[in-house]
Amino acid sequence: MNVLIDKFDVFAGGFWLTLQICLLAAIGALLLGAIVAVLRISPVPPLRALGTSYVNIFRNMPLTVVMFFAAFGLPALGSNADFLRIPVLDSLFSRLGTDLPYFRFALIALVLYTAAFVCEALRSGVNAVPAGQAEAARSLGLTFGQNLRYVVLPQSWQASVVPLGSVIIAMIKNSALAGFFGIVGDLSATADQLTGAEGYAFVPVAIGISVGYLIMTVPLGTLLDRIEKRQAVAR
Amino acid sequence: MDDVTTGEPLIVLDAVNKWFGPLHVLDDVSLSVGRGEVVVVIGPSGSGKSTLCRAINRLEPINSGTITFDGQPLPAEGKPLAKLRSEVGMVFQSFNLFAHKTILENVTLGPIKVRKEKPAAARERGLALLDRVGIANQADKFPAQLSGGQQQRVAIARALAMQPKAMLFDEPTSALDPEMVGEVLDVMTSLASDGMTMVVVTHEMGFARHAANRVIFMADGQLVEDAPPAEFFANPRSERARDFLSKILTH
Repeated sequence: MNVLIDKFDVFAGGFWLTLQICLLAAIGALLLGAIVAVLRISPVPPLRALGTSYVNIFRNMPLTVVMFFAAFGLPALGSNADFLRIPVLDSLFSRLGTDLPYFRFALIALVLYTAAFVCEALRSGVNAVPAGQAEAARSLGLTFGQNLRYVVLPQSWQASVVPLGSVIIAMIKNSALAGFFGIVGDLSATADQLTGAEGYAFVPVAIGISVGYLIMTVPLGTLLDRIEKRQAVAR
Repeated sequence: MDDVTTGEPLIVLDAVNKWFGPLHVLDDVSLSVGRGEVVVVIGPSGSGKSTLCRAINRLEPINSGTITFDGQPLPAEGKPLAKLRSEVGMVFQSFNLFAHKTILENVTLGPIKVRKEKPAAARERGLALLDRVGIANQADKFPAQLSGGQQQRVAIARALAMQPKAMLFDEPTSALDPEMVGEVLDVMTSLASDGMTMVVVTHEMGFARHAANRVIFMADGQLVEDAPPAEFFANPRSERARDFLSKILTH
């Protein structure tokens, strides 16, 4: 078990990188997922079809395949995803700005994939709001956007937040796939490095890595339970 | 209550048809409602009277025919439709107050967001309207804390806050406990006597008798009778209306 102490810096480095991917991917997936959700409930049929197609594609494709598409497809199209070198962000999250694009590729894949699930979590929340609420808002003359913003979304949030949390927890665990592309050096890649290259026993390393993921996911789960309880009281 | 109608009618339906799948819910319905007129729509359930009411602000789109409001055909969608709806107040059977907003916020949301009124002015007017329907002291509560009758009066105040040209009532007292029906009908009666143009779908025959200018009787999607209340209740012309009245008035 000495590896946990001796190589603490490697674990910590992997943890920090995974946390970076997850923070960025969560922000990206929530934004993109919200946009896709608005498309899916929009009154304009072509927009609805666009949103539905997005969800059908990315919810039904294995994440591994999406990652392969990002890692090999984007370079084939001549893109190093340089649009993600966002000025202020890339000083906070240094990997966004490096010349090696794999962090950005992994991020794109994770955002595209997770956004489909975020969309469905948001939409289930919208569907939980009684139809009469939106009808009353329409009858007052609120536009579709105002209706969503002032009436439907504030109420759907309550029903969305718990499934949304589950989606983010799943995303944190899914981020481990990025490591097995051997390209990012995140928490899951730590295992590869320590057992393969440096010859440490597998089990202690795996325990260290599991603890790293649990540190990210368990508090999130606890937070969700709290939110759920508080809502139960509010009703 | 005579001679309230002046100028061109406010609401005109011409040969309106609507199907829900194979069901012909509105069958060639033509109707015009004058300014200041109170029209009560009655009929057995499933006769299309709610659909008629909801078609007037296009909560239900129609399949054929035309509906004009204040001289303009109903816009199909988008901003023009939203603008039209802001001029037609609607009161629902199930109240539909915004559950996450206080009573006062319910009443001021439309004026602030749709009419772009200043929040302070909208609140002041909102409170005056709540006072008018007798709920000013509940302004900071949430809808779920009010009784059904109180919620429905708030819903009327919310619609009035938009200063609508007409009000639609879709069975406003059908979801209420019996002892609360009166308080809602009182508010509606006072609105009617103030000259508001109203289309009221209801089973309250007392309200139809004393507040309506005209009673419309619908059955199977068709507009069967259109007569002043005294005439309709004393002397229904059609067999179906006589049958309907005999069923509801004998108890």
